[in-house]
Amino acid sequence: MLRSRGVNLQEGPRTNYKERLQDIMLRRSSRRRLVDKVVSISAIFSVILAVILLGSILIEVVINGARALSINFLTQPPGAIGSGLGGIGPAIEGTLIVVGLASAIGAPVGVLAGIYLSEFAGNGIFPSSVRFFSDVLVGLPSIVIGIVAYISLVLTLGSFSVWAGALALSIIMIPIVVRVTEETLKVVPNSMKEAGHSLGIPKRTIILHIVLKSAKSGVITGIILAISRIAGETAPLIMTILGTDLFFTSLTGPVDALPLRIWRLVSQPYQYAHDFGWGAALILILMVLGMSLGLRLLAHRRGFKIGTIAA
Amino acid sequence: MTTNGENSREDEIKADKDIDRQTESEQVQEKQQQVHKVSIRNLEAWFGSKQALKNINLDVEQKTATSVIGPSGCGKTTLIKCLNRMHEMTPGAKAKGQVIIDGMDIYARNIDPVIIKRRIGMVFQKPNPFPTMSIYDNVVAGLKLNGIRDKRLMDEIVKDSLEGAALWDEVKNELGKPGMGLSGGQQQRLCIARALAMQPEVLLMDEPTSALDPVASSKIEDLVHDLKKRYTVIIVTHNMQQAARVSDHTAFMYLGELIEYSPTKKMFENPEKELTERYISGKFG
Amino acid sequence: MSSFFLQGKRRGDKIFYIVTIGAAAYTLLMLALIVYTVGDGSQKIFSFEGIKFFTGTNWNSVEGRESFGALPYIIGTLISAGIAVAIGVPISLGIAIFLSEMASSKISTPLSFVIELLAAVPSIIYGLWALFVFRFWILNLIEMPLYNAFGKSIPFFGVTPFGLDWFTAGIVLGIMIIPIVSSICREVMRAVPNTQREAAYSLGATRWETVRIAIFPYAKSGILGAAMLGLGRAIGETMLVTLIIGNAIGAAAIPTSLFSPSQTLSSLIANEFNEASSDLHLSALIGLGAVLLIITMVINIAARLLVSRMVKVSAGVKE
Repeated sequence: MLRSRGVNLQEGPRTNYKERLQDIMLRRSSRRRLVDKVVSISAIFSVILAVILLGSILIEVVINGARALSINFLTQPPGAIGSGLGGIGPAIEGTLIVVGLASAIGAPVGVLAGIYLSEFAGNGIFPSSVRFFSDVLVGLPSIVIGIVAYISLVLTLGSFSVWAGALALSIIMIPIVVRVTEETLKVVPNSMKEAGHSLGIPKRTIILHIVLKSAKSGVITGIILAISRIAGETAPLIMTILGTDLFFTSLTGPVDALPLRIWRLVSQPYQYAHDFGWGAALILILMVLGMSLGLRLLAHRRGFKIGTIAA
Repeated sequence: MTTNGENSREDEIKADKDIDRQTESEQVQEKQQQVHKVSIRNLEAWFGSKQALKNINLDVEQKTATSVIGPSGCGKTTLIKCLNRMHEMTPGAKAKGQVIIDGMDIYARNIDPVIIKRRIGMVFQKPNPFPTMSIYDNVVAGLKLNGIRDKRLMDEIVKDSLEGAALWDEVKNELGKPGMGLSGGQQQRLCIARALAMQPEVLLMDEPTSALDPVASSKIEDLVHDLKKRYTVIIVTHNMQQAARVSDHTAFMYLGELIEYSPTKKMFENPEKELTERYISGKFG
Repeated sequence: MSSFFLQGKRRGDKIFYIVTIGAAAYTLLMLALIVYTVGDGSQKIFSFEGIKFFTGTNWNSVEGRESFGALPYIIGTLISAGIAVAIGVPISLGIAIFLSEMASSKISTPLSFVIELLAAVPSIIYGLWALFVFRFWILNLIEMPLYNAFGKSIPFFGVTPFGLDWFTAGIVLGIMIIPIVSSICREVMRAVPNTQREAAYSLGATRWETVRIAIFPYAKSGILGAAMLGLGRAIGETMLVTLIIGNAIGAAAIPTSLFSPSQTLSSLIANEFNEASSDLHLSALIGLGAVLLIITMVINIAARLLVSRMVKVSAGVKE
């Protein structure tokens, strides 16, 4: 390595390279400008392509979805297959129940584990492996998590159930919340905690009332991101909540959900079912994007406020 | 850019009026326009709507060192970033006026700002070698961009450039090691060598010692003494002693305006303007 | 009184500590549960098929004639994800370069915002759009012209296209990963210090050369991480794939043409899980899950090790 990079120290006849070099630099520039142009145009082309494709998704969902919307569509259970009647009421209700339950499990567990990693743990084997395997867990295919929920809850309890769906979704949610919470809490300045300690306030109070409070918006961001992620999950629901045409009856029975309903609707050979699918997609997208849009606007406004106070 | 047609004629007229107001000795300089390496005419610069430079006129002679001093925020960094059109790289920033180097206006419409930067070297406040490259590769980075692959030529340029930056003796046996492994002062000299390898005529230095310790700083100062024998050096500094030590001429700037520009000795011993005197004697800044 | 208070404080803290460590342990426990359940559930099929489970191409769940080979679905998964990365990652990089190096903040701020927002669109919606809209674009703009031009002479284009094949699936997966991959790449590139850009520009580098010599080396590990994340998403994606890959079974799922229907590990699980006819069939599907688990874990862990090693190298260099 060194030898190949080394400079030849033998004193040969010195070339007068200066003018030759300046010449080269000006001569070569047209080719370089061309390459630069090609790359710039490719980058702009990528943006345009993405805008067209992703824009098409939103536009199709809004246009086709709006056609299906009606009060009945939002509140009625599905009619008989092929009848063209009914709606997606149970799916909306089911999504709210399953996602709500999953969040009720996932958010506290995730936040507490995040608190542990940030406030109690160092870099020992246990906390390091929690961090590492949380990251691994984030990357696991959701259908595998569905299989696990099926075997451990559906098979043992003997029926498809809300519980199994909520368990599966909470497993997807937890690692996201853990990592975001840890990252956010770590940014809270130490002086805040020290001030609390010097006043003799118990550590749990410091963490819950001072640290967590000042990191609130970051933690909420993580939770909402995770909720919008699990609200659109379909695969694990097939093997846990199954899907049904009926409204919710009990936590130990099957229930419907929007992504699942979309999948079932588009698999039917009827035009009206496809229209219903678009309608359900519009509702789902409004729920998910509404959540993250609201969050971002809130964060933006907050950031602005905090910025002006700091200034 | 006010360079073509009506506008440029107006500029000339304006410049003529400026000359009328200048002192006799400066008029002599003006007549010898061709010996000026760098001539700045009516240069103005903005960040968004905030004006950072107001009507700067300045001439720099070949193979001298010129310092630009002034309190922070006075526009001295903006000024030298305008000299190789680096200022425009900041989003929302723009510049207007003429900067004539070797008789060529670098703000003229037919000039490619990229090529300007190849002919004018620049060194920054913080040493910024490319972290993933070896010392050797850092020096030849600019040459490689120009498609130079001749190993023998590159070896020669690396040696000359590192010698020119007073770094050769310290690194000649470890050219393959990463540039980030060097000390701060060595990194800054590596950046100088990287600029020299491009065979520039003018070398711009933006507070090159502000991130260095005193020993490393004095090495860079010694180096500037050598560099000005071969290059035209323009150096921004917040350190007046440094300006006094290294430069032939000094420009004092305040709030985006060029307050005074005179030989360094005169500037520090007998400044013309009261504001300059107050700054040099440490009454503000 | 005060000692009572102290004791209460200490006990409360201890309980709180135990609760948080319990939550952390729960996270690990869930991963252990996944590995155990999938391992245990697929035991039956591994002892039935042995290595043939990975090399076999036949998939038959009829009682008495059971035969389960996962090879076609492993291939289907890898090539559709490969196409997704080959299409999604370069486009994402282009977008990231535009947003972080080319556009003024007036354009890049709202555009980044929209792209980040799109990362939250559920994959089932991509599937819906692909099935009813995008499939026909691919069919009419790429597949039919190719088929008409080369269908007779080159077998690779010789199957009548319907837009329901591994090629379309790969492209849609590629589109699906664009928002997340480009958001991360943009973030990583914006984190490169400006001094690096100045260094390159001052040497007379063009914008592309600046990206190449100053931005990419710095942002390498982050970009790699984003690409790996995209790959993981594409491999694990299920519902979108079931809608557009054509759901072929057995040896037919091994693509012989650009337009052949295929099947991925996850799409086959989704298609058959609720109709599993026997314990062995169920175990075979769980076995597919095990293969999927192994592939994604290997990619995940490899990416993480690679990234942390790169970070270590550059950190070591800095000291």
